[in-house]
Amino acid sequence: MAGLFPWAGGIRLDPCKQESSRHGLRVASIPPQLVFPLLQRNGRNARPLVAAGERVRRGQPIAAPDDPLLAPILASTSGVIGAIEERPLPHPSGLSGACIVLDADGRDEAVDLPPPCDHIALPIAEQRRRIHAAGIVGMGGAGFPTALKLDPGGLREIDTLVLNGAECEPYITCDDSLMRLFPADVLAGGAILMGILQARRCLLGIEADRAEAIAALESVRASGGFAGIEIVPVPAVYPAGGEKQLIRLLTGREVPAAGIPADAGVVCQNVATAAAVYRAVACGEPLLSRIVTVTGPGVRRPDNWLTRIGTPVAHLIEHGGGYTESARRLILGGPMMGVAVASDLVPVGRETGCVLVLDGVAAAAPTLPCIRCGACADVCPIRLLPQQLYWHAQADNLRRATEYGLDDCIECGCCDFVCPSRIPLVQWFRSAKGELAAQQQARRVADHARARFEARQRRQQREQQERAESARRKKEILLRASGAPAEADGESAAAEKSGMD
Amino acid sequence: MTGAAVLGLLALAFLFALCGWLLGYSGKRLRRRDDPLADRIGALLPQTQCGQCGFPGCRPYAEALARGDAEINLCPPGGEAGVKALADLLGRDPLPLRNGPPAPMAKSVARIDEDRCIGCTLCIQACPVDAIVGAAKLMHTVIAAECTGCALCLPPCPVDCIDLVPVAAGVAGWRWPAPQGN
Repeated sequence: MAGLFPWAGGIRLDPCKQESSRHGLRVASIPPQLVFPLLQRNGRNARPLVAAGERVRRGQPIAAPDDPLLAPILASTSGVIGAIEERPLPHPSGLSGACIVLDADGRDEAVDLPPPCDHIALPIAEQRRRIHAAGIVGMGGAGFPTALKLDPGGLREIDTLVLNGAECEPYITCDDSLMRLFPADVLAGGAILMGILQARRCLLGIEADRAEAIAALESVRASGGFAGIEIVPVPAVYPAGGEKQLIRLLTGREVPAAGIPADAGVVCQNVATAAAVYRAVACGEPLLSRIVTVTGPGVRRPDNWLTRIGTPVAHLIEHGGGYTESARRLILGGPMMGVAVASDLVPVGRETGCVLVLDGVAAAAPTLPCIRCGACADVCPIRLLPQQLYWHAQADNLRRATEYGLDDCIECGCCDFVCPSRIPLVQWFRSAKGELAAQQQARRVADHARARFEARQRRQQREQQERAESARRKKEILLRASGAPAEADGESAAAEKSGMD
Repeated sequence: MTGAAVLGLLALAFLFALCGWLLGYSGKRLRRRDDPLADRIGALLPQTQCGQCGFPGCRPYAEALARGDAEINLCPPGGEAGVKALADLLGRDPLPLRNGPPAPMAKSVARIDEDRCIGCTLCIQACPVDAIVGAAKLMHTVIAAECTGCALCLPPCPVDCIDLVPVAAGVAGWRWPAPQGN
């Protein structure tokens, strides 16, 4: 693998990918009820644009973000809004939040979409606008609004687009299935993204053991029209598909701590996002469905399903033949970085690539003390010292933990995986990060309160001075005009009035 | 010989006088009116402006601490962590909070029962951060985003229509708990 810039660390995991990639892709039916959480990336709720009882059509915006840079929420089929109510969210907290519930009518009528067009002729701003209106967010898991990522503010020059086709987590094959079946969409999307970013080259990183997908992509690329796009097989080492790791591997550039890839002249997009961009810009189709891998030892028939956004997980499990007897844990995403959810009523979102049902073998073994073996430091892809971070996180010494690079931890779970004492290191780091964020938030709130308190004190001081001033003036006027009391009264009233202003 | 010595002494006296005047002048002219230590203490206080320390607000408490006139354990909203931070900054020994550890309380904000409010403006005058809007004989309301939950508006209310209600943290306020059972 010439031309790669390998990073140290990482682990080789059993891929467990055959089960779900045997049958190609199946199309899941539209469920009777779809759920769209209103919670956005910024922690606030989007504003619903529809009311219960209202009829909506496929592709219609049903909720608008409170920040215009975030992506709108679109109805993924036609039907009637059943309710806007609290439902369990696909979130590690297991909490509920406001969701729009759509009762599908089975007719699947679409709104009038922009006609397919020759996207090369579209101005860049219009292409970006179409991506935004199509509700496209990063489909690799982070869910960052794509249109926003494509607008690095003109301050940084982007010369490289990295397409992330490295599905490094075990079990997941949704991007693999996309690249095998729709390689032309992925590459055309890459070309559009390159055009928007004015990037010179596009590197598509894909794990070397995905031979079928590589062959499909190469054959489309050979058919011509994809100048500057290169398909680069990368070693199947977890977490090769991490954004910073893939950028480092393909370009040799390091994304700075607390920075974004654009700081290194790179924008990274998932291959599914690229395909969605192609369909939105060239075909006018919004992002209403995605490929979801339903797999794991807890599902009878693992498979990839083309699924409408908002489909409850239970509906997909049903398609997969239901749970097996050993099913214990439901995870959205992969086994390393996925989010365990308590209920299968949570919906599939735009960023949900995998529904994983695991059996219950990993539990029960007790945590032992850290023996400082250093195995975690050997596998950390960021070259952090997890044992030190753990030490300081446990002692609640967040300042020291930050000095050891707590903020740079990508929570990949390599350290958890190799720890002989089975210490839940990542959870310690997540809790420390949360504590740090809460402290910073408290600081901001306190600073704001102080500013308001001081403003109030200044105002009270000023009012006191003004009152004293007006009393003095009134006295003067009274003294001067003691001969003509009627007139003085009028004047003092005027003085008092001006004092109050 | 004596002439040179006298000249030398005069020159020295002149230099001393000049330096003295320069020091005196700059000491008067360049003195910092604000107190940087009080600012740093203020940055550690929670700024609820609740007055539970006995001072009329966080700034006066910070100034008293900077002068050395107050103990570091007077701030219940800051909690034990706040006392520890103050002890670190001021080089004093950490003390337990004066009135014992505060009852753990979720962040709360004041809420006015608008049906019972008579529009007396007493709570508006009591609020240290101007988080209550309203006018005489008109209904008042709390700007929840600005309220620090200091409870100073509760005692003045003649009709007892203000309550502290806990703020629901929700998903946005949720944090990963530290692992248990270690």
